[in-house]
Amino acid sequence: MAISGILMVLFLVAHAIGNLHVFQGAESFNEYSEWLREFGEPALPHRTLLTLIEIGLLVSVVAHMWSAFSLWRQAKRARPVAYVTKKRVQQSYASRTLRWGGVIILLFIIWHLLDMTFGAVNPDGTDSTPYDRLVASFENPFITAFYVLALVLLGMHLRHGIFSAAQTLGQTNKRRERLLNITATTFATGLIALYLVTPVAVALDFVN
Amino acid sequence: MNLTLRVWRQPHPTAKGKMVTYKVSDVSPDMSFLEMLDVLNEQLILSGDDPVAFDHDCREGICGSCGLMINGYAHGPEQTTTCQLHMRSFKDGDEIDIEPWRSGGFPLIKDLVVDRSAFDRIIASGGFISAPTGTAPEAHATPVPKKDSDAAFDAATCIGCGACVAACPNGSAMLFTAAKVSHLGLLPQGQPERDARVIKMVAQQDAEDFGGCSNIGECSAVCPKGISMETISRLNHDLLGALRANAVPAS
Repeated sequence: MAISGILMVLFLVAHAIGNLHVFQGAESFNEYSEWLREFGEPALPHRTLLTLIEIGLLVSVVAHMWSAFSLWRQAKRARPVAYVTKKRVQQSYASRTLRWGGVIILLFIIWHLLDMTFGAVNPDGTDSTPYDRLVASFENPFITAFYVLALVLLGMHLRHGIFSAAQTLGQTNKRRERLLNITATTFATGLIALYLVTPVAVALDFVN
Repeated sequence: MNLTLRVWRQPHPTAKGKMVTYKVSDVSPDMSFLEMLDVLNEQLILSGDDPVAFDHDCREGICGSCGLMINGYAHGPEQTTTCQLHMRSFKDGDEIDIEPWRSGGFPLIKDLVVDRSAFDRIIASGGFISAPTGTAPEAHATPVPKKDSDAAFDAATCIGCGACVAACPNGSAMLFTAAKVSHLGLLPQGQPERDARVIKMVAQQDAEDFGGCSNIGECSAVCPKGISMETISRLNHDLLGALRANAVPAS
Protein backbone atom coordinates (compact mmCIF):
# COMPACT_ATOMS: atom_id res chain seq x y z
CA MET A 1 0.00 0.00 0.00
CA ALA A 2 2.65 2.49 1.10
CA ILE A 3 5.26 1.70 -1.56
CA SER A 4 2.82 1.61 -4.48
CA GLY A 5 1.22 4.79 -3.12
CA ILE A 6 4.55 6.60 -2.99
CA LEU A 7 5.36 5.59 -6.59
CA MET A 8 2.01 6.96 -7.74
CA VAL A 9 2.54 10.20 -5.80
CA LEU A 10 5.90 10.66 -7.55
CA PHE A 11 4.11 10.28 -10.87
CA LEU A 12 1.43 12.75 -9.78
CA VAL A 13 4.11 15.36 -9.04
CA ALA A 14 5.72 14.90 -12.46
CA HIS A 15 2.29 14.98 -14.13
CA ALA A 16 1.33 18.22 -12.34
CA ILE A 17 4.54 19.92 -13.40
CA GLY A 18 4.15 18.65 -16.98
CA ASN A 19 0.66 20.11 -17.13
CA LEU A 20 2.06 23.60 -16.58
CA HIS A 21 3.32 23.56 -20.19
CA VAL A 22 -0.23 24.53 -21.06
CA PHE A 23 0.58 28.10 -20.00
CA GLN A 24 3.37 28.28 -22.58
CA GLY A 25 0.84 27.80 -25.34
CA ALA A 26 -0.46 25.04 -27.56
CA GLU A 27 2.85 24.40 -29.32
CA SER A 28 4.86 23.92 -26.16
CA PHE A 29 2.21 21.63 -24.64
CA ASN A 30 2.00 19.42 -27.73
CA GLU A 31 5.79 19.37 -28.06
CA TYR A 32 6.08 18.23 -24.45
CA SER A 33 3.66 15.44 -25.24
CA GLU A 34 5.77 14.49 -28.27
CA TRP A 35 8.97 14.73 -26.24
CA LEU A 36 7.64 12.19 -23.76
CA ARG A 37 7.20 9.79 -26.65
CA GLU A 38 10.48 10.59 -28.40
CA PHE A 39 12.63 10.63 -25.26
CA GLY A 40 16.02 9.03 -25.93
CA GLU A 41 15.47 8.49 -29.64
CA PRO A 42 17.20 7.19 -31.68
CA ALA A 43 19.25 5.41 -28.98
CA LEU A 44 16.02 4.09 -27.45
CA PRO A 45 12.98 2.87 -29.37
CA HIS A 46 9.90 5.09 -29.69
CA ARG A 47 7.88 5.49 -26.45
CA THR A 48 10.52 3.81 -24.24
CA LEU A 49 10.21 6.25 -21.31
CA LEU A 50 6.44 6.45 -21.54
CA THR A 51 6.04 2.67 -21.72
CA LEU A 52 8.28 2.20 -18.68
CA ILE A 53 6.25 4.76 -16.72
CA GLU A 54 3.03 3.09 -17.84
CA ILE A 55 4.22 -0.35 -16.73
CA GLY A 56 5.37 1.05 -13.37
CA LEU A 57 2.04 2.77 -12.85
CA LEU A 58 0.01 -0.25 -13.86
CA VAL A 59 1.94 -2.45 -11.42
CA SER A 60 1.49 0.17 -8.67
CA VAL A 61 -2.23 0.55 -9.32
CA VAL A 62 -2.78 -3.21 -9.30
CA ALA A 63 -0.68 -3.67 -6.14
CA HIS A 64 -2.50 -0.76 -4.44
CA MET A 65 -5.91 -2.16 -5.37
CA TRP A 66 -4.98 -5.67 -4.34
CA SER A 67 -3.80 -4.43 -0.92
CA ALA A 68 -6.92 -2.32 -0.50
CA PHE A 69 -9.13 -5.24 -1.46
CA SER A 70 -7.47 -7.64 0.98
CA LEU A 71 -7.70 -5.03 3.77
CA TRP A 72 -11.38 -4.59 3.01
CA ARG A 73 -11.96 -8.35 3.04
CA GLN A 74 -10.05 -8.70 6.32
CA ALA A 75 -12.06 -5.85 7.84
CA LYS A 76 -15.34 -7.51 6.83
CA ARG A 77 -14.29 -10.79 8.42
CA ALA A 78 -13.10 -8.95 11.53
CA ARG A 79 -16.56 -7.55 12.31
CA PRO A 80 -19.14 -10.23 11.50
CA VAL A 81 -21.86 -8.57 13.61
CA ALA A 82 -22.25 -4.82 13.18
CA TYR A 83 -22.84 -2.44 16.09
CA VAL A 84 -26.35 -1.11 16.61
CA THR A 85 -24.84 2.22 17.64
CA LYS A 86 -21.30 3.21 16.71
CA LYS A 87 -19.94 6.74 16.85
CA ARG A 88 -16.78 8.30 15.49
CA VAL A 89 -14.21 9.77 17.83
CA GLN A 90 -11.11 10.53 15.88
CA GLN A 91 -11.38 9.52 12.25
CA SER A 92 -11.20 12.22 9.63
CA TYR A 93 -13.41 12.46 6.57
CA ALA A 94 -10.31 11.67 4.53
CA SER A 95 -9.52 8.44 6.36
CA ARG A 96 -13.14 7.32 6.37
CA THR A 97 -13.61 7.84 2.63
CA LEU A 98 -10.27 6.27 1.71
CA ARG A 99 -11.71 3.02 0.41
CA TRP A 100 -14.67 4.33 -1.61
CA GLY A 101 -12.71 7.43 -2.53
CA GLY A 102 -10.16 5.09 -4.07
CA VAL A 103 -12.84 3.42 -6.17
CA ILE A 104 -14.08 6.81 -7.38
CA ILE A 105 -10.53 7.88 -8.18
CA LEU A 106 -10.08 4.67 -10.23
CA LEU A 107 -13.24 5.45 -12.22
CA PHE A 108 -11.95 8.99 -12.69
CA ILE A 109 -8.60 7.70 -14.00
CA ILE A 110 -10.39 5.51 -16.54
CA TRP A 111 -12.48 8.50 -17.69
CA HIS A 112 -9.38 10.69 -17.72
CA LEU A 113 -7.50 8.26 -19.98
CA LEU A 114 -10.47 7.90 -22.34
CA ASP A 115 -10.79 11.70 -22.39
CA MET A 116 -7.25 13.06 -22.64
CA THR A 117 -5.13 10.14 -23.84
CA PHE A 118 -7.39 8.28 -26.26
CA GLY A 119 -9.89 11.05 -26.95
CA ALA A 120 -12.72 8.49 -27.03
CA VAL A 121 -15.02 10.55 -24.81
CA ASN A 122 -13.49 13.92 -25.67
CA PRO A 123 -15.68 16.60 -27.31
CA ASP A 124 -12.93 17.03 -29.91
CA GLY A 125 -12.75 13.32 -30.67
CA THR A 126 -9.77 11.08 -31.23
CA ASP A 127 -8.32 13.02 -34.14
CA SER A 128 -7.01 16.02 -32.25
CA THR A 129 -3.88 17.33 -30.50
CA PRO A 130 -3.45 16.91 -26.73
CA TYR A 131 -3.87 20.67 -26.27
CA ASP A 132 -7.15 20.74 -28.21
CA ARG A 133 -8.50 17.87 -26.16
CA LEU A 134 -7.61 19.64 -22.92
CA VAL A 135 -9.28 22.90 -23.91
CA ALA A 136 -12.32 21.13 -25.36
CA SER A 137 -12.87 19.15 -22.16
CA PHE A 138 -12.52 22.05 -19.78
CA GLU A 139 -14.78 24.30 -21.82
CA ASN A 140 -17.57 21.94 -20.85
CA PRO A 141 -18.70 22.91 -17.33
CA PHE A 142 -19.89 19.38 -16.46
CA ILE A 143 -16.58 17.75 -17.34
CA THR A 144 -14.73 20.49 -15.45
CA ALA A 145 -16.94 20.00 -12.39
CA PHE A 146 -16.27 16.25 -12.51
CA TYR A 147 -12.53 16.86 -12.69
CA VAL A 148 -12.60 19.29 -9.77
CA LEU A 149 -14.63 16.87 -7.65
CA ALA A 150 -12.34 13.94 -8.43
CA LEU A 151 -9.24 16.03 -7.71
CA VAL A 152 -10.57 17.17 -4.33
CA LEU A 153 -11.23 13.52 -3.48
CA LEU A 154 -7.73 12.67 -4.63
CA GLY A 155 -6.40 15.42 -2.35
CA MET A 156 -8.12 13.88 0.65
CA HIS A 157 -6.90 10.43 -0.37
CA LEU A 158 -3.36 11.82 -0.40
CA ARG A 159 -3.86 13.65 2.89
CA HIS A 160 -4.52 10.43 4.76
CA GLY A 161 -2.38 8.32 2.46
CA ILE A 162 0.81 10.26 3.16
CA PHE A 163 0.33 10.02 6.93
CA SER A 164 -0.61 6.36 6.65
CA ALA A 165 2.37 5.51 4.45
CA ALA A 166 4.73 7.11 6.97
CA GLN A 167 3.11 5.03 9.72
CA THR A 168 3.30 1.82 7.69
CA LEU A 169 6.97 2.38 6.96
CA GLY A 170 7.58 3.02 10.64
CA GLN A 171 8.75 6.59 10.24
CA THR A 172 6.48 8.45 12.65
CA ASN A 173 6.73 9.23 16.32
CA LYS A 174 4.94 11.59 18.68
CA ARG A 175 7.31 14.42 17.93
CA ARG A 176 7.09 14.04 14.15
CA GLU A 177 3.35 13.39 14.08
CA ARG A 178 2.33 17.06 14.10
CA LEU A 179 4.87 18.02 11.47
CA LEU A 180 3.89 15.03 9.35
CA ASN A 181 0.22 15.96 9.50
CA ILE A 182 0.97 19.55 8.50
CA THR A 183 3.22 18.32 5.67
CA ALA A 184 0.60 15.87 4.40
CA THR A 185 -2.11 18.54 4.37
CA THR A 186 0.14 21.14 2.74
CA PHE A 187 1.45 18.73 0.14
CA ALA A 188 -2.00 17.40 -0.77
CA THR A 189 -3.51 20.90 -0.97
CA GLY A 190 -0.54 22.25 -2.95
CA LEU A 191 -0.52 19.41 -5.45
CA ILE A 192 -4.25 19.55 -6.06
CA ALA A 193 -4.07 23.35 -6.44
CA LEU A 194 -1.35 22.85 -9.06
CA TYR A 195 -3.67 20.51 -10.95
CA LEU A 196 -6.67 22.79 -10.60
CA VAL A 197 -5.03 25.86 -12.14
CA THR A 198 -5.41 24.31 -15.61
CA PRO A 199 -9.21 23.81 -15.64
CA VAL A 200 -9.65 27.15 -13.86
CA ALA A 201 -7.49 28.89 -16.46
CA VAL A 202 -9.56 27.36 -19.27
CA ALA A 203 -12.81 28.26 -17.52
CA LEU A 204 -11.66 31.87 -17.10
CA ASP A 205 -10.51 31.90 -20.73
CA PHE A 206 -6.80 32.48 -19.93
CA VAL A 207 -6.12 29.36 -21.96
CA ASN A 208 -8.13 28.78 -25.08
CA MET B 1 -31.47 9.77 37.72
CA ASN B 2 -33.83 7.66 35.67
CA LEU B 3 -32.39 5.95 32.63
CA THR B 4 -33.55 3.82 29.73
CA LEU B 5 -31.03 1.13 28.83
CA ARG B 6 -30.98 -0.87 25.64
CA VAL B 7 -28.79 -3.89 26.34
CA TRP B 8 -27.60 -6.61 23.99
CA ARG B 9 -29.02 -9.92 25.25
CA GLN B 10 -27.81 -13.19 23.78
CA PRO B 11 -28.12 -16.34 25.92
CA HIS B 12 -25.33 -18.30 24.22
CA PRO B 13 -22.88 -17.92 21.30
CA THR B 14 -25.07 -19.47 18.62
CA ALA B 15 -28.36 -17.90 19.73
CA LYS B 16 -29.71 -14.87 17.92
CA GLY B 17 -29.17 -11.80 20.07
CA LYS B 18 -31.20 -8.61 20.30
CA MET B 19 -31.31 -5.28 22.08
CA VAL B 20 -33.66 -5.36 25.09
CA THR B 21 -34.96 -2.21 26.76
CA TYR B 22 -34.83 -1.83 30.56
CA LYS B 23 -35.68 1.08 32.85
CA VAL B 24 -33.50 1.83 35.85
CA SER B 25 -34.52 4.46 38.37
CA ASP B 26 -32.85 6.22 41.29
CA VAL B 27 -29.37 6.01 39.79
CA SER B 28 -26.88 8.14 41.72
CA PRO B 29 -24.51 10.27 39.62
CA ASP B 30 -21.70 8.99 41.87
CA MET B 31 -22.23 5.39 40.81
CA SER B 32 -19.81 3.86 38.36
CA PHE B 33 -21.28 2.49 35.16
CA LEU B 34 -20.79 -1.06 36.44
CA GLU B 35 -22.57 -0.24 39.72
CA MET B 36 -25.49 1.02 37.65
CA LEU B 37 -25.49 -2.36 35.85
CA ASP B 38 -25.38 -4.08 39.27
CA VAL B 39 -28.55 -2.17 40.17
CA LEU B 40 -30.16 -3.33 36.94
CA ASN B 41 -29.16 -6.93 37.66
CA GLU B 42 -30.62 -6.77 41.19
CA GLN B 43 -33.89 -5.64 39.63
CA LEU B 44 -33.74 -8.47 37.10
CA ILE B 45 -32.96 -11.11 39.75
CA LEU B 46 -35.81 -9.88 41.99
CA SER B 47 -38.23 -10.12 39.11
CA GLY B 48 -36.99 -13.61 38.25
CA ASP B 49 -35.19 -12.64 35.05
CA ASP B 50 -31.74 -13.70 33.94
CA PRO B 51 -29.22 -11.00 34.98
CA VAL B 52 -27.14 -9.33 32.27
CA ALA B 53 -23.73 -11.01 31.98
CA PHE B 54 -20.82 -8.55 31.80
CA ASP B 55 -17.09 -8.87 32.49
CA HIS B 56 -15.52 -7.05 35.42
CA ASP B 57 -12.81 -7.67 37.95
CA CYS B 58 -10.71 -4.99 39.66
CA ARG B 59 -13.08 -2.05 39.11
CA GLU B 60 -10.02 0.17 39.49
CA GLY B 61 -9.24 0.69 35.81
CA ILE B 62 -6.16 -1.54 35.70
CA CYS B 63 -7.26 -5.09 34.90
CA GLY B 64 -8.82 -4.52 31.49
CA SER B 65 -11.73 -6.92 32.09
CA CYS B 66 -14.64 -4.55 31.71
CA GLY B 67 -15.20 -3.43 28.19
CA LEU B 68 -18.52 -2.25 26.82
CA MET B 69 -19.62 -0.32 23.80
CA ILE B 70 -21.67 2.45 25.40
CA ASN B 71 -23.75 4.61 23.07
CA GLY B 72 -21.35 3.79 20.26
CA TYR B 73 -18.19 4.65 22.20
CA ALA B 74 -15.76 2.04 23.48
CA HIS B 75 -15.81 2.41 27.30
CA GLY B 76 -18.35 5.22 26.91
CA PRO B 77 -17.99 8.96 26.41
CA GLU B 78 -14.91 9.44 28.64
CA GLN B 79 -11.47 8.14 27.69
CA THR B 80 -11.26 5.66 30.55
CA THR B 81 -12.34 2.12 31.41
CA THR B 82 -16.02 1.30 31.84
CA CYS B 83 -15.55 0.79 35.61
CA GLN B 84 -14.04 4.26 35.94
CA LEU B 85 -16.86 5.85 33.97
CA HIS B 86 -19.35 7.46 36.33
CA MET B 87 -23.01 8.13 35.87
CA ARG B 88 -22.39 11.88 36.19
CA SER B 89 -21.29 11.64 32.54
CA PHE B 90 -24.96 11.03 31.70
CA LYS B 91 -28.13 13.05 32.17
CA ASP B 92 -31.43 12.16 33.75
CA GLY B 93 -33.69 10.57 31.13
CA ASP B 94 -30.83 9.47 28.87
CA GLU B 95 -31.19 6.45 26.65
CA ILE B 96 -28.04 4.33 26.72
CA ASP B 97 -27.17 1.60 24.21
CA ILE B 98 -24.90 -1.08 25.68
CA GLU B 99 -23.28 -3.61 23.37
CA PRO B 100 -20.41 -6.08 23.60
CA TRP B 101 -17.13 -5.63 21.71
CA ARG B 102 -17.78 -6.67 18.13
CA SER B 103 -14.88 -8.53 16.60
CA GLY B 104 -14.30 -11.77 14.75
CA GLY B 105 -11.32 -12.22 17.08
CA PHE B 106 -13.52 -11.84 20.19
CA PRO B 107 -16.28 -14.46 19.92
CA LEU B 108 -19.28 -13.67 22.08
CA ILE B 109 -19.91 -15.91 25.09
CA LYS B 110 -23.05 -14.41 26.59
CA ASP B 111 -24.80 -11.02 26.57
CA LEU B 112 -21.97 -8.50 26.94
CA VAL B 113 -19.16 -11.00 27.60
CA VAL B 114 -16.71 -11.81 24.84
CA ASP B 115 -13.78 -14.21 24.77
CA ARG B 116 -10.56 -12.21 24.52
CA SER B 117 -8.22 -15.23 24.52
CA ALA B 118 -6.95 -14.12 21.11
CA PHE B 119 -4.97 -11.43 22.97
CA ASP B 120 -3.45 -14.09 25.25
CA ARG B 121 -2.40 -16.11 22.21
CA ILE B 122 -0.73 -13.03 20.69
CA ILE B 123 1.18 -12.46 23.95
CA ALA B 124 2.08 -16.15 24.22
CA SER B 125 3.55 -16.07 20.71
CA GLY B 126 6.27 -13.60 21.67
CA GLY B 127 5.31 -11.03 24.28
CA PHE B 128 7.95 -12.10 26.79
CA ILE B 129 11.69 -12.19 27.37
CA SER B 130 13.63 -15.36 28.03
CA ALA B 131 15.74 -14.66 31.10
CA PRO B 132 17.16 -16.90 33.76
CA THR B 133 15.20 -16.57 36.97
CA GLY B 134 16.69 -15.88 40.35
CA THR B 135 17.03 -12.85 42.54
CA ALA B 136 16.35 -9.53 40.88
CA PRO B 137 19.50 -8.21 39.20
CA GLU B 138 21.07 -4.96 40.38
CA ALA B 139 19.02 -2.27 38.63
CA HIS B 140 22.04 -0.13 37.76
CA ALA B 141 23.73 -3.02 35.98
CA THR B 142 21.64 -2.40 32.85
CA PRO B 143 21.36 1.31 32.10
CA VAL B 144 18.27 2.33 30.12
CA PRO B 145 18.06 5.80 28.53
CA LYS B 146 15.29 7.88 30.14
CA LYS B 147 13.63 8.47 26.76
CA ASP B 148 13.44 4.73 26.06
CA SER B 149 12.21 3.81 29.50
CA ASP B 150 9.47 6.46 29.29
CA ALA B 151 8.34 5.24 25.87
CA ALA B 152 8.50 1.60 26.98
CA PHE B 153 6.45 2.46 30.05
CA ASP B 154 3.84 4.30 27.98
CA ALA B 155 3.41 1.19 25.83
CA ALA B 156 3.48 -1.13 28.84
CA THR B 157 0.45 0.58 30.37
CA CYS B 158 -1.73 -1.39 27.91
CA ILE B 159 -4.21 -3.42 29.96
CA GLY B 160 -5.41 -5.49 27.01
CA CYS B 161 -9.03 -4.39 27.37
CA GLY B 162 -9.68 -4.65 23.63
CA ALA B 163 -11.21 -1.19 23.16
CA CYS B 164 -8.80 -0.60 20.26
CA VAL B 165 -10.22 -3.59 18.39
CA ALA B 166 -13.78 -2.67 19.31
CA ALA B 167 -13.48 0.92 18.08
CA CYS B 168 -11.43 0.24 14.95
CA PRO B 169 -13.51 0.50 11.75
CA ASN B 170 -11.31 -2.33 10.42
CA GLY B 171 -11.52 -4.39 13.62
CA SER B 172 -7.72 -4.36 13.80
CA ALA B 173 -5.72 -5.33 16.90
CA MET B 174 -2.70 -3.35 15.76
CA LEU B 175 -2.52 -0.95 18.72
CA PHE B 176 -2.56 -3.82 21.22
CA THR B 177 0.07 -5.86 19.39
CA ALA B 178 2.17 -2.75 18.82
CA ALA B 179 2.09 -1.86 22.52
CA LYS B 180 3.13 -5.38 23.50
CA VAL B 181 5.85 -5.56 20.85
CA SER B 182 7.34 -2.17 21.49
CA HIS B 183 7.46 -2.05 25.28
CA LEU B 184 9.89 -4.98 25.21
CA GLY B 185 11.59 -3.89 22.01
CA LEU B 186 12.62 -0.59 23.59
CA LEU B 187 14.42 -2.16 26.55
CA PRO B 188 17.84 -3.84 26.59
CA GLN B 189 16.32 -7.02 28.03
CA GLY B 190 14.07 -7.32 25.00
CA GLN B 191 16.79 -7.09 22.38
CA PRO B 192 17.84 -10.76 21.86
CA GLU B 193 14.35 -11.75 20.77
CA ARG B 194 13.34 -8.44 19.20
CA ASP B 195 13.21 -9.52 15.55
CA ALA B 196 11.62 -12.90 16.19
CA ARG B 197 9.12 -11.35 18.61
CA VAL B 198 7.65 -8.88 16.14
CA ILE B 199 7.40 -11.48 13.38
CA LYS B 200 5.73 -14.07 15.60
CA MET B 201 3.32 -11.66 17.26
CA VAL B 202 2.21 -10.12 13.97
CA ALA B 203 1.79 -13.60 12.48
CA GLN B 204 -0.39 -14.65 15.44
CA GLN B 205 -2.42 -11.44 15.17
CA ASP B 206 -3.04 -12.17 11.48
CA ALA B 207 -4.05 -15.74 12.31
CA GLU B 208 -6.83 -14.44 14.58
CA ASP B 209 -9.86 -12.85 12.96
CA PHE B 210 -8.67 -9.26 13.31
CA GLY B 211 -8.63 -6.71 10.52
CA GLY B 212 -5.71 -4.79 9.04
CA CYS B 213 -4.58 -1.36 10.18
CA SER B 214 -5.22 1.65 7.95
CA ASN B 215 -4.01 4.23 10.50
CA ILE B 216 -7.37 5.84 11.13
CA GLY B 217 -6.60 6.47 14.80
CA GLU B 218 -9.88 5.48 16.51
CA CYS B 219 -7.95 2.95 18.65
CA SER B 220 -5.68 5.49 20.25
CA ALA B 221 -8.55 7.95 20.76
CA VAL B 222 -10.54 5.46 22.86
CA CYS B 223 -7.61 3.74 24.59
CA PRO B 224 -8.14 4.14 28.35
CA LYS B 225 -4.37 4.30 28.74
CA GLY B 226 -3.90 6.76 25.88
CA ILE B 227 -1.42 4.58 23.99
CA SER B 228 -0.38 6.62 21.00
CA MET B 229 -0.26 5.87 17.30
CA GLU B 230 3.53 6.06 17.43
CA THR B 231 3.61 2.54 18.89
CA ILE B 232 2.09 1.28 15.62
CA SER B 233 4.77 3.08 13.68
CA ARG B 234 7.36 1.52 15.97
CA LEU B 235 5.95 -1.96 15.36
CA ASN B 236 6.08 -1.40 11.60
CA HIS B 237 9.65 -0.14 11.91
CA ASP B 238 10.66 -3.25 13.85
CA LEU B 239 8.80 -5.52 11.45
CA LEU B 240 10.48 -4.04 8.37
CA GLY B 241 13.85 -4.31 10.12
CA ALA B 242 13.21 -7.93 11.07
CA LEU B 243 12.07 -8.85 7.57
CA ARG B 244 15.08 -7.10 6.03
CA ALA B 245 17.41 -8.95 8.40
CA ASN B 246 15.72 -12.18 7.27
CA ALA B 247 14.98 -13.02 10.86
CA VAL B 248 13.57 -16.49 11.25
CA PRO B 249 11.47 -16.94 14.36
CA ALA B 250 13.24 -19.38 16.65
CA SER B 251 10.97 -22.11 17.92
